[in-house]
Amino acid sequence: MCLKRILILALLMLLPLPAIALDVPQLTGRVNDYARLLSPEASARLEQRLAGFERETSNQVVLLTIPSLQGDVMEQFAVRVAEQWKPGQKGKDNGVLVILAKAEHKVRIEVGMGLQGVLPDITASHIIRDVMRPHLKDGNFDQGITAGVDAILAATKGEFKASAQDTKQGKPHTKSPSPITLFLLVAVGALILGTFSRYLGGVAGAAGLPLAAWFSFPGVTLLTLVLLATAGFAGGLFLSMLLSGMFGGGGGGPFGGGWGGGFFGGFFGGGFGGGGSSGGDDSGFSGGGGGFDGGGSSDDY
Amino acid sequence: MKRLIAKMPFILLLALLSGCGYNTMQANEEAVIAAWGNVESSYQRRADLIPNLVEVVKGYAKHEADTLKAVTEARAKVGSMQVSKDVLNNPASLNKFQQAQGELSGALSRLMVVVEKYPDLKANQNFMDLQKQLEGTENRINVARERYNESVQVFNTSIRTFPNSMTNSLILHLQRKEAFKAEEGAKTAPKVKF
Repeated sequence: MCLKRILILALLMLLPLPAIALDVPQLTGRVNDYARLLSPEASARLEQRLAGFERETSNQVVLLTIPSLQGDVMEQFAVRVAEQWKPGQKGKDNGVLVILAKAEHKVRIEVGMGLQGVLPDITASHIIRDVMRPHLKDGNFDQGITAGVDAILAATKGEFKASAQDTKQGKPHTKSPSPITLFLLVAVGALILGTFSRYLGGVAGAAGLPLAAWFSFPGVTLLTLVLLATAGFAGGLFLSMLLSGMFGGGGGGPFGGGWGGGFFGGFFGGGFGGGGSSGGDDSGFSGGGGGFDGGGSSDDY
Repeated sequence: MKRLIAKMPFILLLALLSGCGYNTMQANEEAVIAAWGNVESSYQRRADLIPNLVEVVKGYAKHEADTLKAVTEARAKVGSMQVSKDVLNNPASLNKFQQAQGELSGALSRLMVVVEKYPDLKANQNFMDLQKQLEGTENRINVARERYNESVQVFNTSIRTFPNSMTNSLILHLQRKEAFKAEEGAKTAPKVKF
């Protein structure tokens, strides 16, 4: 067992890492001022404002300044950064990435797919040309970037008005934990265990149903859980009986039970482990997994 | 015990199918189809922009009828093409698709060069907005094509490597997918500068 694990680890290390053309810088926070364009105060203020905005709307707006593109194309670099940092929430795709390249005098606003309704390319272009460019041209980065970010925040709140036709309110997606999937998992688990013994199927239901309910609706009371466990036991038993009716009874030998239990445990342990690891990002900032399709706008300043 | 043995084939089949990449290959093919959908819709987005663009340019550049006609015709050709999912399994029709879209790109970039002669047009707010939309759309097309190619590569690798190759030749019979080729120099997307 131990040897096998070592072997797997060794094999994993042999896997080549994907090579990327121009390095995407490390995501250090909401403001990543690698070109040192902002004063410390402005940077701190922006960071705070963006954090507050995310709390309020769940939209993630991230800023990156780089000294130079080093011959790379802004649009391609921006997509790579967006793909790696993934600002915006998964499923909502409500991230915005603002990139400034100092040497090339280029700005790009890369808009996540979920925000393109309220922040279409034209609006992004107007923000660059009319809001940011006048300040940036004078070398006034604090003001230019802050004003641009403010315009983005206003737009993604649905308040910004570039021209009447562009500011349609985007429909916010609701984030659902999909309880149905969980309950189906429980049913499948009960069914599989039920092939070995109908009581095992019942136990699977009794354990699984309250667990699924707990993960779907965190606020359930203990009494509800106990009731659900009973219902789950009955349900699991029923499912197993249904199956044994079809295939001719469950033989719960020690081998069968043990194997099934292990299988079940692994199945569920894996599933919930994965779910749990995605939560909790208070300590450091990280992208929420938002999607980008290359929409947005870029311009010189 | 006997009943357990009776169930073994089911369990074995399940284990075998997942172990031999049955599900992986299916999932990879679905990823290719999804990526293709994005390619198509971003090209469609471009085609939708063109009538407006032509209309605006027409108002200022009446003498460029030939260039405008070329764009309109290329767009009509793209629009008349029947693209369905079988493009994915047919390298020839993918080539045709790419060629028609490439012609439209070429016509558009010629139009954008011609436009340089008309300062009034370039200063027109409506035209500038359309130009920005076109730029964004071209960028979306590039991104969608790149992602499509990536998904094709993953899929092709997954059907050709062992043991998936065996599962594929015995059960699934999925075909290799064709990736987009790089555009020839002259036909690259119009890079609009003003």
